[in-house]
Amino acid sequence: MTNDVQTSQTAPQLDRADSRVRHDEGLSGALRAFVDQVRSGDLGMLPVFVGLLLISVVFTALNPVFLAPNNLVNLLFDAAAVGLISLGVVCVLLLGEIDLSIGSMSGLASAMTGVLWVNAGVSLPLTILAVLVTGMAVGAIYGFLRNRFEMPSFVATLAGLLALLGLQLYILGPTGSINLPFTSPIVRFGQILIMPAWLSYMLAILPGVLIVWNGIRTGQKRRAANLSARGLSVTLAKALILTAALVFAVFYLEKGRGVPWMFGAFTLLVVLLDYALTRTKWGRSMFAVGGNAEAARRSGINVRRIRLSAFMICSSLAALGGVFAAARLASASQQAGTGDVNLNAIAAAVIGGTSLFGGRGSAWSALLGVIVIMAISNGLTLLNLSSSLRYMITGAVLAIAVIVDSLARRSRASHGRA
Amino acid sequence: MVQAMNAREKGELILRLRGIGKQFGAVTALEDIELDVHAGEVVALVGDNGAGKSTLVKVLAGVHQATAGTIEYLGKEVTLDTPGTALELGIATVFQDLALCENLDVVANLFLGHELSPWRLDEVQMEVRAWTLLQELAARIPSVREPIASLSGGQRQTVAIARSLLLDPKIIMLDEPTAALGVAQTAEVLNLIERVRDRGHGVILISHNMEDVRAVADRIVVLRLGRNNGVFTAESSHEDLVAAITGASENSVSRRAARKLEVTGDEK
Repeated sequence: MTNDVQTSQTAPQLDRADSRVRHDEGLSGALRAFVDQVRSGDLGMLPVFVGLLLISVVFTALNPVFLAPNNLVNLLFDAAAVGLISLGVVCVLLLGEIDLSIGSMSGLASAMTGVLWVNAGVSLPLTILAVLVTGMAVGAIYGFLRNRFEMPSFVATLAGLLALLGLQLYILGPTGSINLPFTSPIVRFGQILIMPAWLSYMLAILPGVLIVWNGIRTGQKRRAANLSARGLSVTLAKALILTAALVFAVFYLEKGRGVPWMFGAFTLLVVLLDYALTRTKWGRSMFAVGGNAEAARRSGINVRRIRLSAFMICSSLAALGGVFAAARLASASQQAGTGDVNLNAIAAAVIGGTSLFGGRGSAWSALLGVIVIMAISNGLTLLNLSSSLRYMITGAVLAIAVIVDSLARRSRASHGRA
Repeated sequence: MVQAMNAREKGELILRLRGIGKQFGAVTALEDIELDVHAGEVVALVGDNGAGKSTLVKVLAGVHQATAGTIEYLGKEVTLDTPGTALELGIATVFQDLALCENLDVVANLFLGHELSPWRLDEVQMEVRAWTLLQELAARIPSVREPIASLSGGQRQTVAIARSLLLDPKIIMLDEPTAALGVAQTAEVLNLIERVRDRGHGVILISHNMEDVRAVADRIVVLRLGRNNGVFTAESSHEDLVAAITGASENSVSRRAARKLEVTGDEK
């Protein structure tokens, strides 16, 4: 490393040697970079915000209850379960794979919760552990089929969809439905428990503080290493906008019941997965395998292990989502995990900006996407539309999301940004 | 790079292949290949299209597994069953198709599979190291934070070469490293090959460009239809080399030369 020091003393800044590159400085620069990025097809979170705005305007016009604080609190309660499932889907989508059995997996998990905890009297932590282990085992089977037999994941998981649904019906037995006791902690978690206001506000401020702190520290480190550092103004502006938005959201929700613990738990998992995907070697390998599996293999990455880990995380999160869903509904039934759960979870990930083609996406897409999906579903319910119409509309939304994804991908290719 | 140990005796045998064979179904891509690489030596692998050069490189890189023969590395017999094994042993490869991830930026590609601090990626240190490596290659990469997809062919090739140097390998294999490069970069790559050699590493160079091969190679190993077909030095005549590559002294190259001679009358 002695060499590094010598070169860095002679050159002004390591990354500013090439005069052909435009360096966007300050706030206007950041804005310009963002516009360029969107134009080239790197839409990021933009579709989500546009979608949310559109949904709010339309549904509020049709039924003002939509924007009522308590309705939004309900929406967040509903979002946590599907959101968790969607978070797992992000992992497999990043590799360019798919898991179509997530709905069945969540249904099986909720059935297991009912059978083990309510009927057999197994303690709650042990039940959840058993559910998670089952999820991991199912994911491991998919990973094995994909790695060993090169079985396309969409076929393997389609088989799994049926098999797991069968298992769910089998263990539920002829009664078909098990009610969870309303006073139990898990149902309270799924229906009632709300964070204290002070905690919600603190958590709303935390991301902004972290962004500023991280921005300052990275800046110092980069300058010490003789690299250019982004100005503080952009970081501050970002942090301010985010903090203002979050504080307003909490303030608004606090006019109703407040922020559900369930949603908080989901958000925590999103943050953890986001860290794992962006700041660890495992996450880098995930993106590499999704972008070019053969290149990843030749770099010494164990592609099979990465695939296995993705399928296992996906199924375990789907299983946990199933437990959340059981808690939310206070029952484990034959209907759990069927219907639109699969579609909603996958649609959420894609709407949030995770590509179906692999190699692009983020954990946050699950959170943002699921809010969009749940807002649509909630709004349609408020309008008293039948489920037939709701299915059709949700299907159309997924189709639009995939079209946007495909178009953006084509545009990226023509702008030279894979 | 800098902390390279010069402990290895120059001329010490690093890699020794005996009887290497590779079957792809009914096709015999390699048969009974022998190859020695010593420390501080540049071995050029030449041959026509389909001679088995890239297959041999892939066997040594752990991408394909040989169906016959033995590989000795630093005196010990080794099995190169995955690319990871080859990299850990110190055999680095620049593949012909470069094997880069287009969705990741330059830094991520350089360090792929070997990131600094795996549980909390040290992006700053990696970026510094990336710029240093690229400067050593006199590379013209506008920004290391752009995805590979936005780079030109030559820039991608430079990134691939820089990546092979990252782990301070004992042997570096370059499969057509100068194919997409400009004049200056080609010279830099040739300089680099000499620098790597002088540091006591072994270099295996595959190239169709005889000028490049002669400029840096200590030995030129000719493959033809998956078999060894002679070893030459940079001093060997062009005709002998072409004859070994094409398998006959009477070949399309010599016929063309003869025709030219007739037309111009005073060609060499």
